[in-house]
Amino acid sequence: MTQFLAKPLIDGNNFLQLLWFFVIALVFAIFLFLDGIDFGVGMATRVLAHNGDERALYMRAIGPHWDANEVWLITGGGAMFASFPLWYASLFSGYYLLLFIVLVGLILRGVSFEFASHAVTDRERNVWQWANFAGSVIAPFGLGMMLTSVIQGVPMDAQGNVHAGFFDVVNWLSIVGGVAVVFFSFLHGLHFLSLKLDAKTSERMLNTSKKVYWIAYPALVIFVILAFIFTDFYQRRTKSTLLITVVILAATICGHIATYKKRGGFAFISTGVTLAGIIAFIFNGLFPNVMIATDPSKSLAVSVASSSQYTLEIMTIVLCCLLPIVLIYFIWSYYIQRKRLITDDSPASIKAASVY
Amino acid sequence: MTVLGLSRFQFAMTTVFHFFFVPLTIGLAFTVAVMETIYVVKRKYIYKRMAQFWGKIFLLGFAVGVVTGIIQEFQFGMNWSNYSRFMGDIFGAPLAIEALLAFFMESTFIGVWMFTWNRFKPGVHVIFIWLTWFGSTCSAIWILAANSFMQNPVGYGINKKTGHAEMTNFAAVISNPQLWREFPHIATGALMLGGMVVVGMSAFGFMHKNADRAFFNRSIRVGAIIALIGSILVIITGDLQTLEIIKDQPMKFAATEGIYEDLKSPAPWMVVGLINEGAHKSAGLEIPGMLSLLAFHKLYGGTIQGMNTLNQQFLGERGKIIKNGIAHPEISNYYVPTNVLFWSFRFMAAVGFAVLILAICTLWFTRKSKNTLADSRWKLWVLGVCTYLPFIGTTGGWLITELGRYPWIVYGLQTIADAVSPTATVTSLLITNIVYFLLFCLMGGVMIFYSRRVLHQGPEPDPQTATQPVTEGSHVGAHAANRKVALA
Repeated sequence: MTQFLAKPLIDGNNFLQLLWFFVIALVFAIFLFLDGIDFGVGMATRVLAHNGDERALYMRAIGPHWDANEVWLITGGGAMFASFPLWYASLFSGYYLLLFIVLVGLILRGVSFEFASHAVTDRERNVWQWANFAGSVIAPFGLGMMLTSVIQGVPMDAQGNVHAGFFDVVNWLSIVGGVAVVFFSFLHGLHFLSLKLDAKTSERMLNTSKKVYWIAYPALVIFVILAFIFTDFYQRRTKSTLLITVVILAATICGHIATYKKRGGFAFISTGVTLAGIIAFIFNGLFPNVMIATDPSKSLAVSVASSSQYTLEIMTIVLCCLLPIVLIYFIWSYYIQRKRLITDDSPASIKAASVY
Repeated sequence: MTVLGLSRFQFAMTTVFHFFFVPLTIGLAFTVAVMETIYVVKRKYIYKRMAQFWGKIFLLGFAVGVVTGIIQEFQFGMNWSNYSRFMGDIFGAPLAIEALLAFFMESTFIGVWMFTWNRFKPGVHVIFIWLTWFGSTCSAIWILAANSFMQNPVGYGINKKTGHAEMTNFAAVISNPQLWREFPHIATGALMLGGMVVVGMSAFGFMHKNADRAFFNRSIRVGAIIALIGSILVIITGDLQTLEIIKDQPMKFAATEGIYEDLKSPAPWMVVGLINEGAHKSAGLEIPGMLSLLAFHKLYGGTIQGMNTLNQQFLGERGKIIKNGIAHPEISNYYVPTNVLFWSFRFMAAVGFAVLILAICTLWFTRKSKNTLADSRWKLWVLGVCTYLPFIGTTGGWLITELGRYPWIVYGLQTIADAVSPTATVTSLLITNIVYFLLFCLMGGVMIFYSRRVLHQGPEPDPQTATQPVTEGSHVGAHAANRKVALA
């Protein structure tokens, strides 16, 4: 067993290193799938809701879940720290200001749920609902930018320090990448709301998402073209990259068709696959590196960035024991909240629903 | 202003602010869980109202605690990338386990608890708040496991090729004696803080003109009992922790007592004093023999080493801190920021005893035979202002813990100066420091503002005994009442 674990399997990486690279990718994919809902719902509060009460109702729809959804990001960060400390150090110190902006977005959004429910006047509540909206746009945009600027190759020194200039972070690919993540999160949130709210609102959500798809397509196509130009993914990892591209496109089209057929659940799964597909696209392209340097000899490889074999073994045991338990109660918490929310004659508020 | 200075300031600011809310969450979750459990056992409706009312404060604290925790996690990579490279092998594991084991549990069940008051039987619903409390307590264990390694590295080896620390014994890392002294102190400190917040806020609650006296009276007694037990335990565990620190980090201990020259038993204890960090001298009001009693629990036997001796000893053992063959440019001795540690310790210890006394007084003045607290305005004011006391105590605790390992980030292995991100710039750090500072002020201010409002709104009226409807003046109550979301 120990012999097998230490044996290099693919590109000099042993089983545990491959496993943890996959686990990190999986955790980030789950994060984008789940928190994409929350970001999208946050965006919908400004784009679709007519008034503060409707905004509160939308926020109520994700009220029990957004918190636990965001833990996937924290788990991703922690798992990255534990299994690939050099990656964690290079990525987050290199993208200092961008990550900072994302964090500010997450902070604003994180406190807005609770604070909005304590607001007395509509004006006061509006402030926190704006904070929710702002955070819901800033965070996915920043994360999308970070993920897509990483794949282009950044200036790194031999110690793995990233010296990213402004245009390494802000460029066409990263902007389009950020926009794409924002739009697909938005669609994802709309589809989720179509499943959570009453029939009339549900229909409105799907009608809107029908139109939003026409903006999402160009973003996706331009992203693919730019990725072809700016990265070596299609040259270096041709088959897998093409396959993932096809899956993403197919999922998007399926989702669009589903909105026409009023199949909210199907559309929801489709946008989820698209979001997870973006992560798969990025991680697949990165491999066998975790950070691509402009000078390829300085790229940070999975095998170099990983922590010791012993730590990986411990972490694997912990993961195998805990993840199933987490998944069980996580899914259960969604299950018990599965019923649609409807408003009675009086307008809705999270406050009324939160504690009583 | 240097990158190092700004990074240290940012870390200190985030830790201190985050740690206002961590013990608040743990302590209030426990208090709320106790109240709801009493409701389940006694079926008295007032306890349900109590759990719901204090639950609102708990949820406010939780919201702010969560978002500051996210900053904390990414800060290691952002500001301390060399530390992350050096230590990630060991430090990352507890952090990841914390997310998997504790944080998921906490945030899932808090969501369930909030939204399912009418969906589950009371006996089932109470489990959710206990799980939330359990999750947040577990999370403290794992974070402190990581922190304890920084104080007292165990179960590691240095990889000769990379120069990085690598974990060799996971069991040793989680059975670190430092951890099992630090954790009980913090866990019981959180209970003390949670109890005291309920006591202090109830005192303010009494003063409001429409106060539900019966409600606050019941609350203040539950809070005082928890604060009393918490403060007794926090003093005991603090004492045990100090015994460990005298062995592991004698410099930290000497600094908290302002001892520069060696002291033979029976050593006197300096209650307050003036410390001249430049001249390495201190003088003040002393109680003879007291320090020997505190440090060794006996008058004779045992010498307490002063900072001058320890500094010479460390210089002799390690020389000046050597990095790449040359003496470290920024560190020429091993003295820690003595004044901060000395006064932090005094504030922290004073808070522990103050809460103990306040809790006893509260219980005495609210006793069944003669309940006079609610009519004594000055007593209520004292208790109310003391809501903030435990927060000073926890801040003092962290300052001692973290500044006491100066100049090390990992004791004896890596200095703070070497840990900082090489790519960080003064500009970016200034921007982030200012924005974080403003955000923290905003969140802290709003948190206090809304807690005050919740308090003045008072608990929801008891439907079984309420004779009058929601008061006209209470705009909030009316507002909440005419808005409802129903579950279809």
